[in-house]
Amino acid sequence: MEQQLNQLKEEALGAIRSADSVRSLNDIRVKYLGKKGPITDLLKGMGKLPAEERPKMGALVNEVRGKVTEVLEARMAVLEEEAVSRKLEAEAIDVTLPGTPAGTGNHHPLTRIVEEIEDFFISMGYEVAEGPEVEKDYYNFEALNLPKGHPARDMQDSFYITEDVLLRTHTSPVQARTMEAKEGQPFRIICPGKVYRRDNDDATHSHQFTQIEGLVVGENIRMSDLKGTLDRFAKKMFGEEREIRLRPSYFPFTEPSVEMDISCFKCGGEGCNVCKGTGWIEILGAGMVHPNVLRMGGYDPDVMSGFAFGMGPERIAMLKYGIDDIRHFYTDDVRFIAQFHRAEG
Amino acid sequence: MKVSLNWLNDYVDIGEVSPAELAEKITRSGIEVDAVDDRSEGLKNIVVGYVLECSKHPQADKLNVCRVDVGEEAPVQIICGAPNVAAGQHVVVARPGARLPGGIKIKKAKLRGEESHGMICSLQELGFDGKVVPKAYADGIYVLPESAEPGSDALAILGLDDTVLELDLTPNRADALSMLGVAYEAGAILSQEVKLPDTSHGETGDPASGMLNLRIDAPEANPLYGAKVVRNVKVGESPDWLKARLMAAGVRPLNNIVDVTNYVLIEYGQPLHAFDYDRLGTGEIVVRHAGEGETIVTLDGAERKLQPHHLLITNGREPVAIAGVMGGANSEVHDGTTSVVIEAAWFDPASVRRTSRELGLRSDASTRFEKGVDPNRVLAAGERAAALMEELAGGEVMAGTVLFDELDKEPVRVTVSPDFINERLGMKIPFEDMEKILGRLQFPYEAVNGLFVIDAPTRRGDIAIPEDIVEEIARLYGYDEIPKTLPVAESIPGGLNPYQAKRRVVRRFLEGAGLYQAITYSLTSEKEAQKFALDTAPVTKLLMPMSEERSTLRQSLLPHLLEAATYNTARQAGSVALYETGSVFLAEGADGLPVEVEHAAAVITGDWSGSEWQGSKRPVDFYAVKGIVEGMLDLLGLTGRLSFRKGEMAGLHPGRTADVLLDGERVGIIGQLHPSEQKARDLKDTVVMELNLEEVLRKENEPLLYRPVPKFPSVSRDVALVVTKPTESGTLESAIRSSAGNLLKEVRVFDVYEGDKMEEGMKSIAFSLTYQDPEHTLTDEEVTEVHHRVIEALEAEGAKVRS
Repeated sequence: MEQQLNQLKEEALGAIRSADSVRSLNDIRVKYLGKKGPITDLLKGMGKLPAEERPKMGALVNEVRGKVTEVLEARMAVLEEEAVSRKLEAEAIDVTLPGTPAGTGNHHPLTRIVEEIEDFFISMGYEVAEGPEVEKDYYNFEALNLPKGHPARDMQDSFYITEDVLLRTHTSPVQARTMEAKEGQPFRIICPGKVYRRDNDDATHSHQFTQIEGLVVGENIRMSDLKGTLDRFAKKMFGEEREIRLRPSYFPFTEPSVEMDISCFKCGGEGCNVCKGTGWIEILGAGMVHPNVLRMGGYDPDVMSGFAFGMGPERIAMLKYGIDDIRHFYTDDVRFIAQFHRAEG
Repeated sequence: MKVSLNWLNDYVDIGEVSPAELAEKITRSGIEVDAVDDRSEGLKNIVVGYVLECSKHPQADKLNVCRVDVGEEAPVQIICGAPNVAAGQHVVVARPGARLPGGIKIKKAKLRGEESHGMICSLQELGFDGKVVPKAYADGIYVLPESAEPGSDALAILGLDDTVLELDLTPNRADALSMLGVAYEAGAILSQEVKLPDTSHGETGDPASGMLNLRIDAPEANPLYGAKVVRNVKVGESPDWLKARLMAAGVRPLNNIVDVTNYVLIEYGQPLHAFDYDRLGTGEIVVRHAGEGETIVTLDGAERKLQPHHLLITNGREPVAIAGVMGGANSEVHDGTTSVVIEAAWFDPASVRRTSRELGLRSDASTRFEKGVDPNRVLAAGERAAALMEELAGGEVMAGTVLFDELDKEPVRVTVSPDFINERLGMKIPFEDMEKILGRLQFPYEAVNGLFVIDAPTRRGDIAIPEDIVEEIARLYGYDEIPKTLPVAESIPGGLNPYQAKRRVVRRFLEGAGLYQAITYSLTSEKEAQKFALDTAPVTKLLMPMSEERSTLRQSLLPHLLEAATYNTARQAGSVALYETGSVFLAEGADGLPVEVEHAAAVITGDWSGSEWQGSKRPVDFYAVKGIVEGMLDLLGLTGRLSFRKGEMAGLHPGRTADVLLDGERVGIIGQLHPSEQKARDLKDTVVMELNLEEVLRKENEPLLYRPVPKFPSVSRDVALVVTKPTESGTLESAIRSSAGNLLKEVRVFDVYEGDKMEEGMKSIAFSLTYQDPEHTLTDEEVTEVHHRVIEALEAEGAKVRS
């Protein structure tokens, strides 16, 4: 019996060694260690042995079973690992194939510029104010010190709906409306929006375009405050090394009125094609709010003063991104819009 | 305004300041100089020549062979093609080696076998604009006066040894529409005095009033009218200096009388008019408004129909000029004119402006009158013109001026304190420096109790209030001197209001979903204006559109977005996804303005989701866009208040269109484009949506509050139903929700089957229901009880539970 047992052990170990898959190993487990296997049979047959032989033989059978089990488990671990490796190998992919697009669109470049400007002024304590695109002549002109027959009305030929209603020619009517709404309280606003003028569309003109305008009203607002504010703005928008300069100009709703130039961001002031050789680029118009405008808005110009500024996001986008034709903004060619998707910096 | 520096130098000493330097100073202190035109630039070796002989070229009909004295020992031969060249003329010769504008180089040449040592020049060849060249020389060479010395530099005679500054004037600086005005400006900048022109002239013994009567019937529109009469003038060509100056200013010389009026207009900024006294015919001038249906033929030969508010100069019988705008042909000065009436008047700016606009007739005169001319310079300009006609046309000036004068010529008094000026500017300009600047501006002032009391000169009509003085001081002191500060005030928190903040959320969501932001035009054609409109109202139309295409305000964003989709598709974009937020305009709201509502719209065409090489790319369908709308409303916290129902709209697929409802109210539409519409627009399957964004953003949502994360497990039960094909899943879902009670946490459609395994006319919809109780683990019995109720409710809707 002992001999039979050893033979069985050698046979089992041999089978285990030559097993080449988890499945065949499992078959071996069933064959040798299963309920119907020879070792179980031997254990069952123990009852027939004389009582004094039983402990010895029991220990021997258990030893053989332990040994076979141990070797089988070890072999099983090896084969399982090999199986996993094979599976992973089979599952390998071509990592250089394109990724599944996580498609995103993006802002129109004008919105990008407008939001950048809004966010700068919000950080300086401004609110964003908006108003209707179809306006009354009163808010678009009269409340801004442009009475009927004023020569400056020629500067901006308008689309009229009726004699008293027109498509706004600038965002300035929002100033007049805000002053009415604020009822004499100090405020700071930035007003973005669409405006309309009677122009034939070409590379530099568009009958519809956008403006963004700022207005600060309070006690003792000074022209130096305007200059300081614009200087911060220019540096934020066009780079810390930008310088600004103010040139006298004329707007009916401000006095004094200025235009602001920035030192050319391309050549740094040496003179190039962007600044047309002057070293300076005209960016915006500004000035101290005209006392008539304050008065019509319900503010006493002896107590309150203010400054205002206005600019064209199209112009700023064209300068900043080097866009050559204003019509690109309104053609909505995805090949154009999609270029403005990424973060800068 | 074109300013010849040679001319300007008559009134103010520019000294050693270079043209570029002067231009920079003028620009920095208030008037933008657009261009600095050095008129001699590119011109070299251009001399006076005297044509000794001129004969036809033996080989060419249109050419002449000229022998020209160019101041050298021997005359030179020059071939000239001009029809007006003749012996005995003094001409402009470009010698070999000469340079002409446009980089043209003159060389010795042979023309049809004859040698040519240079070129006899026309004014155009010398860089003059054809519009200012005198008509007599428009088609040929220019002829110089006999006094020109052969061989001498021709540039000086032509006024080309000059630099012209082009000023871009803002409407407030009408004072600089004159050489004198620019002289005052330059004088202020350079601290130089201004020398006024000489207006002295002789006078005959007879008074002008003996020849001319004057009556003003409209004194409000014409409060000042002065007429001078000059007799025995000889009409002819003006001297070269005068022609050169007019051409430099952009005016074509005509004859000495008209040239003088134009010269004085540019010099003083005061428009004058010269009438032929004999053609006037009545010895009378009456200024009155036009009669009904009255007409006049103006100098340009056009007949003008007048309206009763148009102001006319008449001879007492018929109109001879439209006041301040243009003279009449019937009283025009001509070669045979011997007596001239010079009109120097002040017309109401608004009246001139209106007349000029209504007649579509702008002139050098009207542009000045409508901005207001200096009341104190009107009569001086008349005297100056009389003096020049005496000098240049040999006229005799009749004594005195026939005058009507009710015009207020008082200067505006402005009182301002130095402190106010400094406070406004945020500066500390010393009192003495302010005094110096007022002196340079030649503003008469007194310092009274520390205040400036300034009598603003009437030539500067733009100076009226203390702020104007602030600007004058600041611009001449230098804007570079203003410090940079920030407003010192109680700081107010800035920011977006909730509406604006949510709009940004919407834009970012739509972009995250894969759409590009478009911005299209608000103006469209009347035909397109109401297409796809959620709510139609009367359209808002422009009074005077520039084209039918841009005549009417849109009521939907979709037509232009679809145009953009077609545009992109036609440029090989396989799929296009665009959205826009913008206003639509519904006429007509309160206070005369249209109701302006902000909408959001999207257009998706072609493939939408997935990856091409993985074979998962799918064309866009209704549900892709519905998912975007649902996601957007969810982000706005409005999910529970959102619902959909079958909708319809012209241009959309009748079976694939839904109304979007918020709190049961229609706020938008989603739909696939109608196949015929797709075809017409050259688009593949296209799905669109448009929402009343304003309505959506104005809805306040629930405050965002934490709800405890469930402690007890949920239980899922699936139910597959067989229903008739037209049954909407929404109906079944409502039945589930209303019957299940609080324990139901979620309902999800997880399968829809309409295939051939189904009985005819039937389909299967399978729902997965999730039950949960926050307080305890649900027992099987509790779930079964609720689920039973649900199934009964579904069966009541006609659904059969599929085994």
